[in-house]
Amino acid sequence: MPKKTIKTIRVDVDKCNGCRSCEVICSAFHAEPKYSSSNPARSRIRVIREPYSDMYVPVYAGEYTPAECAGRDKYTIDGKEYEECAFCRASCPSRPEFKEPDSGLPLKCDMCEGEDEPLCVKWCITDALIYEEREEEVDEEVEQEEMEIGLEALTSKYGLQQIKAVLSRMSEKE
Amino acid sequence: MRYAETGFNLEIDLTRGNIERVATDPKDTELYLGGLGTNAKIMWDRVPPEVDAFSPENLLIFSAGLLCGTPAIGCNRTIVTTISPQTKLMHFSMMGGFWAPELKHAGFDKVILRGKSPDLVYIWINNDKVEIRDASHLKGKGSNETAQLIMKELNEPKAQVAAIGLAGENRVFFASIEQGRSSASRGGIGAVMGDKGVKAIVVRGTSDIHVAQPAEFLEQCNEVMEYIKFREDHPIPGVIPILSVLGSPQEMMIHDEKWHTENFSWGNSRTRRRDYWTDEIAAEWMETLDSARTRMVSCYNCPLKCGATLNMPGLPTYMMKCFTKLTYTMAAMSNLDFGLTIAQKATEYGVDGYSAPQVMAFALELLENGILTEADFEGMPEKSEDRFFWMLDRIVRREGIGDVLANGTHWAAKEIGHGAEEYAHNNIKKHEQLPLKLGMLNPIYFLMYCTGEKINITQIEGQFPQAPFPKREHREKFVKDWFQVPDDKFKQYFLDWEPRGENSMPYYPTVEMTCEIVDWMEKMHYIDDALGMCAGLSSFHLKAPYHIHNYPKFISFGVGIEMDEEKLTQAVKRYRTLVRANNIRRGMRRKDEKPPEDHWKKRIPELEKELLDTYYAFKGWNNEGIPTLESLKELGLGYVAEDFINRGILTDA
Ligand code: SF4
Ligand code: SF4
Ligand code: SF4
Repeated sequence: MPKKTIKTIRVDVDKCNGCRSCEVICSAFHAEPKYSSSNPARSRIRVIREPYSDMYVPVYAGEYTPAECAGRDKYTIDGKEYEECAFCRASCPSRPEFKEPDSGLPLKCDMCEGEDEPLCVKWCITDALIYEEREEEVDEEVEQEEMEIGLEALTSKYGLQQIKAVLSRMSEKE
Repeated sequence: MRYAETGFNLEIDLTRGNIERVATDPKDTELYLGGLGTNAKIMWDRVPPEVDAFSPENLLIFSAGLLCGTPAIGCNRTIVTTISPQTKLMHFSMMGGFWAPELKHAGFDKVILRGKSPDLVYIWINNDKVEIRDASHLKGKGSNETAQLIMKELNEPKAQVAAIGLAGENRVFFASIEQGRSSASRGGIGAVMGDKGVKAIVVRGTSDIHVAQPAEFLEQCNEVMEYIKFREDHPIPGVIPILSVLGSPQEMMIHDEKWHTENFSWGNSRTRRRDYWTDEIAAEWMETLDSARTRMVSCYNCPLKCGATLNMPGLPTYMMKCFTKLTYTMAAMSNLDFGLTIAQKATEYGVDGYSAPQVMAFALELLENGILTEADFEGMPEKSEDRFFWMLDRIVRREGIGDVLANGTHWAAKEIGHGAEEYAHNNIKKHEQLPLKLGMLNPIYFLMYCTGEKINITQIEGQFPQAPFPKREHREKFVKDWFQVPDDKFKQYFLDWEPRGENSMPYYPTVEMTCEIVDWMEKMHYIDDALGMCAGLSSFHLKAPYHIHNYPKFISFGVGIEMDEEKLTQAVKRYRTLVRANNIRRGMRRKDEKPPEDHWKKRIPELEKELLDTYYAFKGWNNEGIPTLESLKELGLGYVAEDFINRGILTDA
């Protein structure tokens, strides 16, 4: 079976001390030229902090979403009430997280492409962030299923005819 | 293009409600760096000695350090500078936390307040949009309470708030400025903020801070991070717990308080309790701290987490760091549970955790000795703990005796008379000190106490061990990886320093060595105060990650000014002298430069005189502690020399 590397960052919110070093180094790494500037507002990790309620949740920037969730849930953990958004990775219209401050373009964590280890992890020496890599076997049937789910979604949105047309155009190009 | 700094100050005239963004001169950065250095220059230029703390012309400067907002680890200090109502001198107090980097990202290096607002206001700096907003609904609110209310009303959970509590509003001479986890506490700067009618300064910034040589700068940062990790794995043996590990200091982490509780004095800095620390007390205090502390918290971009989030039963969550942990406990002769409970209130009120407990213990001593009477304390409960709560409430409201006590022990004693001055016995330059009463004169500490202008011992000591190590082999081991020394001779001074015999205190280190040691320690603090670096990673510690050899690189690569050790030393000397010049112009002289009379039981007047004479000369100051014309000119401070001549402080002969 084929294998792929799964990169995971384990976040231990209990160990987070709220220092925002992860934000600092992430923003510096992605500056052009590299390290030429820093600005946590550009970071691809954000520490959702509410010091007076003792809440600290480091969150990584995930996919962009054009629309915010219709409803919001609340979670109570250890007696503290968190908004669902506190754990969400989306760059979403409902909040300023994960957008370039000037252009508003969405930001996404790229696991510090080209570095041996994500830099936010390297600068979090209190171990609130731990990097793990593991090989996972890829089950082709699962992939098949995933593809089918994806295609079904596209079909319901655009209709089968249009999907077919796009597919044949794409295969002609190849 | 400006690197590390923004190149702009925010000038706010509170009387007229005028707000201006003013470009600064890059030449001043070369001469005075930033933070404290440029603050001292502004104070010199704009606050003549006729202006007192509560004049509208007094400035209240909030300055980010030069390297705040860069990735330099632990660089997050706000240096607040003004004329102190208590000492009547130029005072500078600092706070860590998150405020200074946020200000930089908002596009400003400093906020300079002048005038007075007729009504209570707060200032909202949202990048380049700056507003003065009504704060009448925040009147009387606690400092943490205020911060939370403002973040909510602005809907800005990421804004950083520096606020005063009731003590600042009522101009208590030891009122602090609070910022959640951190505070600028000493010298009554919160009273000046209250006098100006400013409840809080709120800031949010989202713009970039650039560095001049990115790769080189980051390499320095990474080295510092590596060294922090090394120090974590290698605590310094043979010193007390808070000195063996980095942090500012790690009071909230450690449980073992034997050293503080048995060596520091209790009550009004009176009683040593030499066998205080028993197993039962250790267990009780551990239980108190462990159940109160829910998390260790850091300042911006620092892994050392030397603050704590505390939850005392039934009270709002608050944060604390450092020695306030013990000051209320010891002043009231109580336990840690009381200390952490009253500190919550004291934080909301915004008072200095060194001065406030001492003022209250002083008041009780006056009562015990009949100098104040029961009538002055009408309605005060019986129990020591309750009395402290009662007095604290009176002080921050300036009610009854509280109004007198709110001016601190020095001024209160003057007002009370009848011999009360004897009881205000633990001050330097009118400012309450740590409660330390020791045996034999220590020349190093003598000079630091006399000449420190932050008037707080922790803000001048640090680089050199506090005491000799018992055995030479320990000393040899210690100096082996002591690369932070500016010169190898310091290693030799330490190697030869014995606990007893010919090479021991008070005659060894010699007077000359003592001068060099004190000068080095002070220099490192002054560098921190200009760059915005936390002393807990630097000047307060033996073997710190930041030192005289890497600082010039941080400045060169960060700010883009050519810097080497010599040039840095000269710059520090320049603004350190300027701090002194501000105070000399305000009347500070040799007579003011002395430790509390009873600090040591055994004093040696001839040696003390020789120490001060030699140190003054070493610093380029005359016998009165006034910088000489020659040294002023050498530092490029000709304008100070001229002013001194015009005022008759020095003569042109
Ligand atoms: S660096 Fe680590 S401890 Fe600091 S805020 Fe980020 S996750 Fe928390
Ligand atoms: S892994 Fe890299 S890109 Fe992703 S948040 Fe951390 S520092 Fe930023
Ligand atoms: S050492 Fe402590 S006080 Fe200093 S910056 Fe770090 S966390 Fe803050």
